[in-house]
Amino acid sequence: MKNFNLSLLFLPVWKRNLIVYRRIWKVNFLVPLFEPLFYLAAFGVGLSGLIGDVVYSGQELGYIRFIAPALLATAIMFNAFFETTYASFVRMYYQKTFDAMLSTPLSLEEVITAEIVWGATKSMLASAIILTVISVFGFVSYPWGLMVIPMAFAGGLAFGSVGMYFTGITPSIDMFNLPIFLFVTPLFLFSGTFFPVSGLPVWGQYLAALSPLYHLVELTRLLTMGRIESNPLFSLSYLLVFALVFYFLSIRAMRKRLIK
Amino acid sequence: MGTGYPIIEAVDLGKRFGSFTAVDNVSFRVEQGEFFGLLGPNGAGKTSIIRMMYGFSPLSSGSMKVFDLDISSGWRIIRSRIGVCQQENTLDPDLSVENNLLVFAGYYRMSRKKAVQRTSDLLDFFALNHKRKAQVSQLSGGMARRLMLARSLINEPSLVILDEPTTGLDPQSRHQVWDKLRDLRSRGLTLVLTTHYMEEAANLCHRLIIMDKGRILVQGSPDELIREYAGTSIVEVENPGPDIISFIREKNIRHEELVNRLIVYTDDPDSLGRVIRERFCPKKCIFRNGTLEDVFLRLTGRELRE
Repeated sequence: MKNFNLSLLFLPVWKRNLIVYRRIWKVNFLVPLFEPLFYLAAFGVGLSGLIGDVVYSGQELGYIRFIAPALLATAIMFNAFFETTYASFVRMYYQKTFDAMLSTPLSLEEVITAEIVWGATKSMLASAIILTVISVFGFVSYPWGLMVIPMAFAGGLAFGSVGMYFTGITPSIDMFNLPIFLFVTPLFLFSGTFFPVSGLPVWGQYLAALSPLYHLVELTRLLTMGRIESNPLFSLSYLLVFALVFYFLSIRAMRKRLIK
Repeated sequence: MGTGYPIIEAVDLGKRFGSFTAVDNVSFRVEQGEFFGLLGPNGAGKTSIIRMMYGFSPLSSGSMKVFDLDISSGWRIIRSRIGVCQQENTLDPDLSVENNLLVFAGYYRMSRKKAVQRTSDLLDFFALNHKRKAQVSQLSGGMARRLMLARSLINEPSLVILDEPTTGLDPQSRHQVWDKLRDLRSRGLTLVLTTHYMEEAANLCHRLIIMDKGRILVQGSPDELIREYAGTSIVEVENPGPDIISFIREKNIRHEELVNRLIVYTDDPDSLGRVIRERFCPKKCIFRNGTLEDVFLRLTGRELRE
């Protein structure tokens, strides 16, 4: 990529988003606080009686205990992805915020990087709240559990970048239905979130291994309860490479979209 | 007026979108302290030029220097020294009036202390102090425009680019904006303005260019252009009879024949004007001074654009 202009000037743009977030921080905190409780209630109280225990990484686990780390991973995905799709699209298209920024010394790379890093920051904030909630239930072993927070940042970069890529290519805000239907929903359901991937046929396991959410779920299980089915180094590398590839793709797509 | 020191130098500037040429080999120069106008009908290429000026759009051909720096390599330094007031409202609706300025100052790496000072000065200058805590959505059109102007001055720019700063404003707000722009002009700031209001350009600009279809048609001071292309005096005749038309044609006087209307351009209002008044004007004749609007319409034609 020619003339890649990235400096620390992305920080004031990140801070702009933080200022807006803080204005309604109570509302922003409610979702990650209550959503995991809803899930734990529905699945833990409602479903787990029907399902009983699941075998994960050779160990029998209560169903609610099995899905608790997955709630962290899916929240990381949703927070970053929705921030850099709907929220960024509104700023870019309806509010013309990027146009204003691009008349100042900011570069396109700095504006886009700030948006993605902000998405990852929201993932991190949400993960910290959810971590607290599920810790109350005793589903997190410390001190490794704290590593979920930096992991949330890395996962947030991956899903924020892919979201920003969709923002770069989507013609209108309604069209986000498509990546949600084709990308986010299948990931949400088939990434070892609600059932162990080891229970799938071999081809299904290969498919799941392509999912960045699968690797994030695996890593959150490792960090919260010390058990994992995948190779942790591979999962981490996969997430980081995924983030990097879509980061550059998103910059390219946004450049094509905005610079005329 | 200009001091001779060039702030903007555009040479053979071109901008193409696929096979469409938006700007075609345009060259001009803006001097320090000048209030420079860029006029033309829709699609003339004004906004394309403006976007190239602040390094938003890459040039298709030619060169653009601002503060003697090439825009393609020096864009960051250039942007740190200019202010841009875009055509559309690009204020941040998620932030308060005050935060719109404070956050924007951050993009220029301004210290917090200085940003607070600048913000309060600009809110005073643009009479927005009582709205400092308001949300942008609560501002009227005129106030939003003033906030856009205030924001474009946050970094104490030496050059301000204004893309249709008064479009859509009521007369009161428009005059208020003009007053502020005159004030900035008298402080020696260099300003570039695009507008569809000829009265605005004639009032504010020291010098201007009129463009059409990506090319420069004429450039000069408003008075020079009026003298040269419209004449100092104009007679408009409503429902002209055949006798006046043949009279004007015969005398070879500069004129335009429109539907139900005849426009006569002249530098000799007394004798010609008297003749028309006495011989042909039983009903409605308007005698008035030539304006920039006459120049504009004569040069760019009267057909609708787009």
